[in-house]
Amino acid sequence: MTNIVRNNGALSALLGSKTSLHTNRRWALFASYACLIVFVIFFLCPPFYMLVTSLKTNAEIANLATNPWLIEQGITTEHYTHLLTETAFLTYFKNTVIVATFVVAITMVISVLAAYALSRLSFWGSGVIATGVFLVYLVPDSLLFIPLFKIVGGLGLLNSYWVLVLVYPTLTVPFCTWIMIGYFASIPKELDEAALIDGANHMQMLLKVFIPVALPGLIAATIFAFTVSWASFLYPLAFIYSDNQMVLTVGTVTTLIKGDVFHWGGLMAGALLAAAPPVILYAFLMDYYISGLTSGATKG
Amino acid sequence: MTVSGVSRDFPKPHPSIRGGAFYLWFRRRSTIAVMMCFPLLALITCLVAYPFAYSIYLSMLNKAETAFVGFGNFLFLFKRETFWLVVQQSILFALVAVIFKALIGFIAAHAVNTIPSKGQRKWRGMMLVPWVIPPALSTLGWWWLFEPTYSAFNWLLEEFAVPAVPWLSDVFWARFSVILVNVWVGAPFFLIMYLAALKSIPEELYEAASIDGASAWQKLVHVTLPMMRNIIAITILFSIIVTFANFDIVRVLTQGGPRNSTHLFSTYAFRVGIESGDIPLGAAVSLFMFPALAILAFVILRNVRQRTVSI
Amino acid sequence: MADVSLTKLHKSFDRTEAVCGIDLEIADNEFVVLVGPSGCGKSTTLRMIAGLEEITKGDIRIGGELVNDVPPKDRDIAMVFQNYALYPHMTVFQNMSFGLRLRKYPKKEIQRRVEDAAEVLGISELLQRRPKQLSGGQRQRVAMGRAIVRNPRVFLFDEPLSNLDAKLRQQMRIEIKRVHQHLNTTTVYVTHDQVEAMTLADRVVVMNNGLIEQVGTPGELYHQPRTHFVAGFIGSPAMNFLDCKLERNSGNLEVKLGDMLTLQVPADRGSRYEPYVGRGLVFGIRPEHVHEKRAGEDAFAEVMVNFIEPLGMETMVYFTINGVELCGRVSPEADPRPGQTISLTIDIGKMHLIESETNLVL
Repeated sequence: MTNIVRNNGALSALLGSKTSLHTNRRWALFASYACLIVFVIFFLCPPFYMLVTSLKTNAEIANLATNPWLIEQGITTEHYTHLLTETAFLTYFKNTVIVATFVVAITMVISVLAAYALSRLSFWGSGVIATGVFLVYLVPDSLLFIPLFKIVGGLGLLNSYWVLVLVYPTLTVPFCTWIMIGYFASIPKELDEAALIDGANHMQMLLKVFIPVALPGLIAATIFAFTVSWASFLYPLAFIYSDNQMVLTVGTVTTLIKGDVFHWGGLMAGALLAAAPPVILYAFLMDYYISGLTSGATKG
Repeated sequence: MTVSGVSRDFPKPHPSIRGGAFYLWFRRRSTIAVMMCFPLLALITCLVAYPFAYSIYLSMLNKAETAFVGFGNFLFLFKRETFWLVVQQSILFALVAVIFKALIGFIAAHAVNTIPSKGQRKWRGMMLVPWVIPPALSTLGWWWLFEPTYSAFNWLLEEFAVPAVPWLSDVFWARFSVILVNVWVGAPFFLIMYLAALKSIPEELYEAASIDGASAWQKLVHVTLPMMRNIIAITILFSIIVTFANFDIVRVLTQGGPRNSTHLFSTYAFRVGIESGDIPLGAAVSLFMFPALAILAFVILRNVRQRTVSI
Repeated sequence: MADVSLTKLHKSFDRTEAVCGIDLEIADNEFVVLVGPSGCGKSTTLRMIAGLEEITKGDIRIGGELVNDVPPKDRDIAMVFQNYALYPHMTVFQNMSFGLRLRKYPKKEIQRRVEDAAEVLGISELLQRRPKQLSGGQRQRVAMGRAIVRNPRVFLFDEPLSNLDAKLRQQMRIEIKRVHQHLNTTTVYVTHDQVEAMTLADRVVVMNNGLIEQVGTPGELYHQPRTHFVAGFIGSPAMNFLDCKLERNSGNLEVKLGDMLTLQVPADRGSRYEPYVGRGLVFGIRPEHVHEKRAGEDAFAEVMVNFIEPLGMETMVYFTINGVELCGRVSPEADPRPGQTISLTIDIGKMHLIESETNLVL
């Protein structure tokens, strides 16, 4: 008798806990989705609003009576055509592409070589250098732009986008070196030993074994270098003032603001177009981007 | 020069000495290593270390850079009310922004981790958008959202019969706005880091905790947080540095106004050094960031080291 | 094809000495296995032969040529690693041909060699796959294939089977043996698994603490271990050891195990053990030489069974004598049960006596 009662109790407790597990889970899901929706609205509302504005006619933008979040009086691409035909936007774009390409190339060469040496050919001082690289990574651009302004001025490079090719690597190389060290270090030592026995020299080892094996890391580092050189704002703002040498970030923010009162459509179109390359790149290579970020930061 | 330094460490062995060829090979290996590091070292020396030293020198000159004034610029700053405003605002900005970024990142990471894994990529992808747009450009969008006459936020508030907010012209709201934008830009970074950390916690720990009778809250406190402690610490320290040294957002949104109330060290240094042409004073303003950065960097480094040791 | 000779080979890492001066001659075509517990210096020795570790002191000769300072690629050796070390971004064909391509062999020659090696190893259909798409055993074959195509003077194996499960390990053991019989290349093989060592080797080198304990054929190591360590290391379950005293009793030698047990030393060992009478020694007997008392045999001891391990064709029994747990092997028919008392006999002719001070088997 007592046995049965006890069993019953246990059974109902079991059932009870089962249902409560189920409801718990549903509550957790509900709360999670609610949070996510709020966050996504928060995170996406500025780009959405920029897009809406860039597609509105000037008249609608100026009309205070309409809902600013919607396009009610028809879509127009006039801001985009104006941007591409009547402004220096394409020049900025070209300059930015040139700068980003060179910076990525320089960064990858410097950091892959250094990361290989630091992760595999341990030599006197390599530990100090690795730590130094990490510390330099923590140096923000806003600490050094004033002396750099004087230095590049002294070199006669002021107001040329080549100065950006020179100084951007200080922002990209440390982080890229750091994440490449992480990726290289995760390659098992036996792999280089096998390559050594197979007869590879250091260059062959790097080009034919390390780089292909650490390709995801290489892609992550490339994306990082590209994003930084595309998005950097302070250095071009400080070092460049001519229209024909300007890059996108500064060009959009400073030059496009000039003009008539209702420049907002054009400005938003410019900002969106300027932001498009990194966003598109990210859409396709999100996983590399994230793995680079997390591995870089967790290892450093 | 470094290269020859290394070869000096390994004197050419006499050919008859046994092991000579090995040393030759070894020397080559070490020489190659230094050569491979040379571009990196040159970059850091010429464009980081030298400018830093130069910056210290610059900060001790007078405005025309003709005379040495010692700590004159620093003492001058101490007497300026604006400077203390900058100090106060930089600290406030960094701390408040980082706290909210960490909170939002943590909640969002948890939410993403809770939903079925099929949809996780999509949600995560949408929430990372602010992190990929160059901040100077997205801040333009915010600027337009805050625009006094056409503010889309104020339009919404008016729909709910709330009076319009002077986003960028009132001291409090201007500070609020720059922090809001910074949180918007930076929270996704925390989301990525925390999500990665959450995913790396072995499921067995939660199962064991369930069997031990832990509630959801207890699991968070006794499993999740301890397992993520290190990542949380590193991410926060790291973000404090980046936020403290931020330039783009304030520069685009308020240019330091109203009445210098939103200036950070970087924007103030830009205003003083580049725009007003007092390079030594600007250098001095920048250098005030250094002690804070150095302390943070030291703490991060120790954290990272501990981490690597514990692994 | 070449012989390998190690002379007074030393290796120290910082302050610890991993290999403390070993001498070893490996004949042409010989299959030599280095075996020992982890940290005994066997892998370090192999890596010094490969050229992956710098030699602290001593000489290594391959085919009579001093190779101390020759980089690995010029030693004409091939190595198979424990985790296979296959290049993950290359196909099996590319993996196997990498060494040949680096040495700029003609395309046709590379093709021929890789196909021949793949044929020998039965991986011809896998040549276009990547390592990720292969099972552990297949990866192991590819790793061997990579070594074979080079047709080197010496093969080096560094615990190649320890990542495989038991069944596959046995298969691959046979495979390795077959390949060696086919190619007859001098082979140095490192393992911690004595079964691998015994089954593969022409000669086994037992190492411990950076020194060679004994070199010999598998049979020699089993029947005539030279040291206490070898006696205990070779054979599974391990040899039983008991402290004992050697005494003379009316012309015969007797081994006294504690107060209770006395064993007669076989007459043919008398002269060998004579000088050690009265000394503290260790008595050793393998479990397989301790069995249930059969009709007409003298009982060695009546013991209580602690527990048993039935293995099917035999049953291991564990019991305690003088506070030491010992093991014996009885036939399943004897059907021992824990707690039961059974009579055991030992094969006294298979006993060993070890001098405690020197650890040498007498």
